[in-house]
Amino acid sequence: MSLHVASAGALTTVQDRGRRGLAHLGVPRAGPLDRPAAELANRLVGNGPDSALLEVTWGGLDVTADAGLWVAVTGAPVPVDVDGTERGRDRAEWLPAGATLRLGPPPVGVRSYLAVAGGLDVRPVLGSRSTDTLAWVGPPQVRDGAVLPTGAPAGPPAPLDTPRPPTPGPLRVTPGPRADWFTPGALDRLCATAYAVGAASNRVGLRLEGEPVERVRHEELPSEGMVLGAVQVPPDGQPVVLLADHPPTGGYPVLAVVHPDDLWQCAQLRPGEQLRFIRGV
Amino acid sequence: MDHLRLRPCGPRAVLAEVADSAAARSLAAYARAARVRADEVVPGAQTVLFDGVPDLDDLAGLVAGWTPDAEPEPGPLVEIPVVYDGADLDDVAERWGTDADGVVARHGAVEFVSSFCGFAPGFAYLAGLPPDHAVPRLATPRDRVPAGSVGLAGTWCGVYPSASPGGWRLLGHTDVPLWDPDRSEPALLAPGTRVRFVAT
Repeated sequence: MSLHVASAGALTTVQDRGRRGLAHLGVPRAGPLDRPAAELANRLVGNGPDSALLEVTWGGLDVTADAGLWVAVTGAPVPVDVDGTERGRDRAEWLPAGATLRLGPPPVGVRSYLAVAGGLDVRPVLGSRSTDTLAWVGPPQVRDGAVLPTGAPAGPPAPLDTPRPPTPGPLRVTPGPRADWFTPGALDRLCATAYAVGAASNRVGLRLEGEPVERVRHEELPSEGMVLGAVQVPPDGQPVVLLADHPPTGGYPVLAVVHPDDLWQCAQLRPGEQLRFIRGV
Repeated sequence: MDHLRLRPCGPRAVLAEVADSAAARSLAAYARAARVRADEVVPGAQTVLFDGVPDLDDLAGLVAGWTPDAEPEPGPLVEIPVVYDGADLDDVAERWGTDADGVVARHGAVEFVSSFCGFAPGFAYLAGLPPDHAVPRLATPRDRVPAGSVGLAGTWCGVYPSASPGGWRLLGHTDVPLWDPDRSEPALLAPGTRVRFVAT
């Protein structure tokens, strides 16, 4: 069985939980940017948490399946239809053989997830089916005309009362490894003002624009390991929140680290939208 | 402790700062040998990042047992054949006060060791060049450096596993594949690997 992609939209990639244990070789972990939404989609169609699904950026995806299967769309609330008939999000829907499932453009948010029962059975690379968009490790970007094999369904779809993703709010931050490279109170000032999401934001990082963060140490930082959610500050003082495809090592000091449970919001913020940080524990 | 400083990195990681890249390599090897509970052990130039750590206190206890004089087991030795035809060979020769043959001889005399990977999958930062042979990066990086290019930046030596933009000063090139995700060991120059360059 397989999924045929008529239109892939602006950027569609295959994602599973990502690659682990290879950061020391320079391999980004990848994985879905909005992890709770991806996990929900998999649960809804009866998949395990390791199943691969599609991450769809800005909607615009048209797919057909050559055999009927359960599907679920989560994340950014795109309009969903099957052969022109409106269907729901955040629940399992039946996609009949040969019918076209269409994800329109999202009115809010950026990234939606399409899970199919049985998961996408593309060839794993280094133990994962995730596409890393920094070094392009993993399956190729999904293009128009792609044919993606699907696996055997593991079980029936889940009922509707599956927990929903968490609600948005300020991103909780704790001091990062190089907080002492910045002026005293830099973290409090980071939390005191809003930052706008920059247009160059992507799966590698959320680029922020706002009050510059001031350093007290200006020398070059010897390359060191970076964590997901690191708030890295390049010389221009405009912070970058490192996301799933970030390089495993970097040379800019990290002022703060965003709590992993809050990072999903970075997947859904649009260029120009604002975000705030708050001191967490 | 002077030889080890733990820096915070959020709820599931810690950055251990040490004196230099040899100490970082030693600590990473020690932690792996002690079966550290962490998804990732990432050596850097003067640090080791432990990420995906279920118990940070447990980890702090483990790394406290490391001493900087702990010599890691020597890694495998890889010989890399190089054609010394790089665009910056003469420039490096001038900086080193020698000629192109002198650069080839000095570069070939060093036993490098892979300290850490970064920048791209399989791109290893190779330590071993003496401090007085450090060369600055190019002021303006090249838009495209071909795969297999052998270059210098500071006291680091590196081989580009794939074509990319880059600011390292290029000595030559090799045909050896540095990165192959289908191999059981995808990176030829994983941290700890010893490296010699052989002119061909």
